[in-house]
Amino acid sequence: MTVKMKTHITSRTQGVSNKIVDENKENIVKISVKDFNFYYEKSQALKNINLKIKENTVVGIIGPSGCGKSTFLRCFNRMNDMISGIKYEGAICIDGKNIFDKELDIVDLRRNIGMVFQKSNPFPKTIFENVAYGLRINGIRNKEYISEKVSRSLRNAALWDEVKDRLNQSAFSLSGGQQQRLCIARALAVEPEVLLLDEPASALDPIATAKVEELIHELKKKYTIIIVTHNMQQAARVSDYTAFFMMGELVEHDLTSKIFTKPSKKITEDYITGRFG
Amino acid sequence: MCRIKERLIHGLFFLNGFFVVIILLGIFSLLVFTSIPAFKEINIIEFLFSAVWNPDAYVKHSYGILAMIVSTFMVTVGALVIAFPLGIATAAYLSDVAGQRTREIAKPVVEILAGIPSVVIGFLGIVMVGPLIAKIFHLHNGLNAVNGSVLLAVMALPTIISISEDALNSVPVSYEEASLALGATPWQTIVRVKIPAAVSGIIAACMLGMGRAIGETMTVLMATGCAPAMPESFLGPVRTMTSTIAIELGEVPYNTTHYYALFGVGLVLFIITFLVNMTADIVLHKHEKIVK
Amino acid sequence: MKKRQITQVLGFNFLRLCIALVILILAVILYDIVSKGMGQISWEFLTSMPKDGMTKGGIFPAIIGTFFVTVITALLSIPLGMGCAIYLNEYSKKGKITRLIRMSIRNLSGVPSIVYGLFGVVLFVQLLHLSTSILSAGLTLGLMTLPWTITASEEALKNVPQYYRDGAQALGATKWQAIRTNVLPYAVPGMLTGTILGLSRAAGETAPILFTGAAFYLPFLPRSLSDQFMALPYHLYVMATQHHAIEKVRPIAYGTALVLIVLIFCMNFFAIFIRYKLRKVRIK
Repeated sequence: MTVKMKTHITSRTQGVSNKIVDENKENIVKISVKDFNFYYEKSQALKNINLKIKENTVVGIIGPSGCGKSTFLRCFNRMNDMISGIKYEGAICIDGKNIFDKELDIVDLRRNIGMVFQKSNPFPKTIFENVAYGLRINGIRNKEYISEKVSRSLRNAALWDEVKDRLNQSAFSLSGGQQQRLCIARALAVEPEVLLLDEPASALDPIATAKVEELIHELKKKYTIIIVTHNMQQAARVSDYTAFFMMGELVEHDLTSKIFTKPSKKITEDYITGRFG
Repeated sequence: MCRIKERLIHGLFFLNGFFVVIILLGIFSLLVFTSIPAFKEINIIEFLFSAVWNPDAYVKHSYGILAMIVSTFMVTVGALVIAFPLGIATAAYLSDVAGQRTREIAKPVVEILAGIPSVVIGFLGIVMVGPLIAKIFHLHNGLNAVNGSVLLAVMALPTIISISEDALNSVPVSYEEASLALGATPWQTIVRVKIPAAVSGIIAACMLGMGRAIGETMTVLMATGCAPAMPESFLGPVRTMTSTIAIELGEVPYNTTHYYALFGVGLVLFIITFLVNMTADIVLHKHEKIVK
Repeated sequence: MKKRQITQVLGFNFLRLCIALVILILAVILYDIVSKGMGQISWEFLTSMPKDGMTKGGIFPAIIGTFFVTVITALLSIPLGMGCAIYLNEYSKKGKITRLIRMSIRNLSGVPSIVYGLFGVVLFVQLLHLSTSILSAGLTLGLMTLPWTITASEEALKNVPQYYRDGAQALGATKWQAIRTNVLPYAVPGMLTGTILGLSRAAGETAPILFTGAAFYLPFLPRSLSDQFMALPYHLYVMATQHHAIEKVRPIAYGTALVLIVLIFCMNFFAIFIRYKLRKVRIK
């Protein structure tokens, strides 16, 4: 029985073993979440979350639908603020500063934290203008600077070669996978330090997904990345650490290799082996 | 700095949004305040329940608006009797029976009909409908309540058609499928399932149509003959609240009892349409809840 | 045939008859006015003043008057209506005040046009001392069209996907920046279309301008916004009911009705054209 399950785990998590995170390398803690609670109207969506995220790592957040993982992600750049009747408790500190501090400017926060949404959401502008949007709203007018920045962002998002001859075409002329990478480029252009990815590949085909995942690997060198995903193989492939959420609680958080091979809690194992969710 | 600017913009838009509340309150309170002086001289019971409106009499001015209220309702009811069946049948046809092509023709027809100014409809009441009525009923002239009703029906039709059609379209497809699956014909499905399911929406449509008819001025002013007395029959001339205001306000001096009394008529008109529209609103809300 | 099939055929034919009747009504209206008004239309009719006690001549001052009043109406109604729609769709939160605002809009759209006329007389003519003028009449009509403008503008804003706002704000745009740069550009064509449709209705209204500035006859064109004016719908009313030689001026009345209807159609087509044209630009 146990043996059978073990093989099952390995088959679902191929690729984990050959990804080595250097545990000795002392990464600085970039984000720390302390005793964090979140409420919609009267119901509590997140319960007492504690979590530390190191710089230049990828943290995968997994869990069944409705467990609060997208809500959690949207707390980091306070996108939930747009919903009425919400309440925060506790703290999320980025570089030691609490993002719920009254003095903090929410706009500065969002400029510092890029976000890519579940459904690719290019604006109805040209490819160039999509990437330049974040710069323009920041009041940058210098044309050379903008075009330099746009091309570098597109290169970083591994999209440059595919679009360099058609920058003035509508963003809607791109394929789904290209649109998603365009959204990543758009987020990169404002030079964030943290990237939030909300199921970035859920609407993409396998080839496009592979490209996005490859890109995440590259981006890790410069950014701290938090990625919500439905797809466990994806979490296993791209993330260094994995956090498992259930019913608004953080059940377990550890190195991806550990979570997928020797989870310390029974319920994590059940989820990963596909008993539910 | 940035935040202050954002707050300021938010505040400005809020003030802008709240402006409509101020207008509605403003209309109501100006009507009230301008009509109050009239009631220093006129007994309010007499105002509402006397049928004699004779502000120009030498001996005793009388300001009773009952005849106008009755006229208004006569014309309105007449209009609804015509527009209600016609409007609902058209809406039912458009939402359930019509093919793509019929719909493409009918939709603009309804929109264009809604766009024809009331003064043009009133003009046609004089030159076309009036003579026709006179011929049919052997009357001296055709400027009477029936004429007004026919014209108001035309004016209320677009409202009734488009809102009823929305109501019918919002009935879940599952109702229709269930009915058809039980072996009902499409006709039975429309009559026994869809129309009953949409009934509150349809009623609301008619009430909104009615609100429009009560408040309509130019058509009734031009086509109903405007005799200021208690109407005797549908074939006699009538004078509604709206046409009384339209005829007399231009001729009375400002700030006389007669002037204030006309605002009193406006206030009554405002309250009646307000109640009709509010009721329609509540009924429509109920429909939305049921459909959901 | 079975009984219920017969019922169905009869029923459907009854519905067809009804819709045919509705179409027939419009056809008769348009046919009557076009056929009888057409003969009246000439360059002179459109560009000259009324002559000989309005039994001859043209309707130029009425056209000009309607034009100026509609401009004033637009100047009041467009910014206020759009602003209110932006507040409702972008800023407002669910609550009593929002409900109150929405209720007011629905009720304002049901207030009879003659009541707007009464309101205009007291507010603009008497209290604000604007006299019976283009300005008073235009402002009165502007208030009347406000609910239509708001409803149409909000509809246009609703059609802009939510992610345009979220995406922009996630990039660090402030709320207003997001609205200004990433919502309004896509909503404005729809807003304008709805607004112009509302204005076309205002241009045909008579009751609100009866006491706020429209004149029976003026021997000159309005020189400023505080002058009285002649307007197409009021001119038609005068020609149809108030003239001393009604039968004699019937053709002029028909001509005026035709010009009025054509003007309203033109505004409608213009509105639809704007939507079409600007949508094309945007997709590119």
